[in-house]
Amino acid sequence: MRSSWIAAAVAALFATQVQAAEVEPAVVYDLGGKFDKSFNEAAYNGAERYKADTGTDYRDFEIQSDSQREQALRNFARRGFDPVIGIGFSQAQAIEKVADEYPDTHFVIVDAVVDKPNVRSVLFKEEQGSYLVGMLAAMASETGKIGFIGGMDIPLMRKFACGYVEGAQAVNPDIEIYENMVGTTGSAWNDPVRGGELAKSQFDQGADVVYHAAGGSGVGVLQAAADAGKLGIGVDSNQNMTHPGSVLTSMVKRVDNAVYDAIDDLAKDQWSAGVENFGLSDDGVAWALDENNRDLISNEMETRVGEAREKIIAGEIEVHDYMSDNSCPAKS
Amino acid sequence: MSFDALILVLDSTIRLSVPLILAALGGLFSERAGVFDIGLEGKMLIAAFAAAAVGAVYGSAWLGLGAGILASVALSLVHGYASISQRGSQIVSGVAINFLAAGLTAFLGYAWFSRGGQTPPLPPSGRFQTLTLPFADAVRDVPIFGPIYSTLLSGHNLLVYLGFLAVPLTAWIIYRTRFGLRLRAVGENPAAVDTAGISVAWLRYRAVIVCGIFCGLAGAYLSIAQSAGFVRDMTAGKGFIALAALIFAKWRPWPLLGACLLFGLLDAAAIRLQGVSVPGIGEVPVQFMQALPYILVVVLLAGFIGKAVPPRAGGVPYVKER
Repeated sequence: MRSSWIAAAVAALFATQVQAAEVEPAVVYDLGGKFDKSFNEAAYNGAERYKADTGTDYRDFEIQSDSQREQALRNFARRGFDPVIGIGFSQAQAIEKVADEYPDTHFVIVDAVVDKPNVRSVLFKEEQGSYLVGMLAAMASETGKIGFIGGMDIPLMRKFACGYVEGAQAVNPDIEIYENMVGTTGSAWNDPVRGGELAKSQFDQGADVVYHAAGGSGVGVLQAAADAGKLGIGVDSNQNMTHPGSVLTSMVKRVDNAVYDAIDDLAKDQWSAGVENFGLSDDGVAWALDENNRDLISNEMETRVGEAREKIIAGEIEVHDYMSDNSCPAKS
Repeated sequence: MSFDALILVLDSTIRLSVPLILAALGGLFSERAGVFDIGLEGKMLIAAFAAAAVGAVYGSAWLGLGAGILASVALSLVHGYASISQRGSQIVSGVAINFLAAGLTAFLGYAWFSRGGQTPPLPPSGRFQTLTLPFADAVRDVPIFGPIYSTLLSGHNLLVYLGFLAVPLTAWIIYRTRFGLRLRAVGENPAAVDTAGISVAWLRYRAVIVCGIFCGLAGAYLSIAQSAGFVRDMTAGKGFIALAALIFAKWRPWPLLGACLLFGLLDAAAIRLQGVSVPGIGEVPVQFMQALPYILVVVLLAGFIGKAVPPRAGGVPYVKER
């Protein structure tokens, strides 16, 4: 691992001499890895899109253990990369430290808040997107029972769950909702066997639509749904294509836009530090509709969700943010 | 808990205990022959990776299974070479195998598939599909027997049935065949076996190869039967649980089945009871449910199992007197 890192750093050094571009972005992914078909891959797509649009190359690094976060961030900062983008709430502590050491470097953190003058914290209103997919799940369910499977048991996951429950209950107040978490440690993001077992358990109890927010473990959830002939709901990236016809929709979190904008803002000298919170109104979160799930979504479903989306944007429907008070008014 | 719910928990128990049974049986062969093996975890992991990688590329579950077994046996031979031929420490060799497997699978996964250490999702032909036993649908509505037969016994994949059949097979080999007798003897008193003119090294090599085959089956089960692809560190300590089950069962096949089913049951219960309200207590926190299996293990080990005596020559490399 170390030798490949050194090689990457050396390559980066040469690359900087050739290029005259002003920004040299670097991305550090979270443990799921950059091709997790979900959260991290969204960040990768954003960086790739910027590269395609402007020709500005970037460096990235996939950490293999928690201890590498700080090393990777510090290395990028020391080599003069700017902005340095950390993906995932687990990077918060590392960014906090490294941001102090390199006050002239611009840092971005996704999914957490780091209060430093040179850090931009990007948050998403996951509860709003989850509300919409909760409505879809409730409308698609024939048994009146649906499920939610979160990754690690942290407030962020409860935020997904809370929005989902509220949305489902808006459609069907009597709906029964099973809520499970894969685990309580970082490995909960990467345990598809357990994810699959939890999904089977929910299907056995009668659920026929299950929404996962579990990163790599969600692969097992969607697989179990496809195996059992039930419906899954993907998260973060558009996962509709993973099992066409078995994925009802995906709650898309536009991490790619956040990454793209961060680089773009710095290049155009429009950088701003502080907290940015993306929701439905600026397409930071959305539900995915494409040819893979077109047949699963009826016109009525589409219309109702569209209306709810307008109402949330207009402020007529207020979806509760679990992290504002660490409690959820809607009980599943 | 209703009868149907109980059946579902037991159904999940069967799925979850199979990798433990297979790995623990592998350990039984190796340890009964006097070669301690804490590398069960690593062998399962590399088998899971090899099976998923080959299954994904060639789309054949059988090729995947073969690759898994080959990879696991290869690591077994490394363990054998270090601890039998070179008379190294069996514990150190086992630890090395665990580290090697954890690093190698992640590294090769990144290098070949660049998906964060995962293999691509397997096509249906690359996995062992569930089998429906004859008449399973016909008897589904019969009370008591129906759900037991059609839900609990039917609808598993081939490796599940193989895992359960391997227990009586192992018991027969260990206790009823000449190979089994010699295997047990070489684990208790290798000098006597040597005196009888039987090669200690060759017997032990055969034992670790069998261990490799079982771990290969266990690993392949994880990645190409139970789920559909390899994920970094997907064994998640199952090799060590299998080792605990082996000690629990005092290195005997039938108690081993019981111990593995117990661990599987605890795991299944932890999954099923998550978020369920228990009467009189209310909703039990996730953390407690997940710690429960381990708490019970400690309680059972401390209170009920009694002294577990390993094979006498276990862990000791055999040196011929000169």
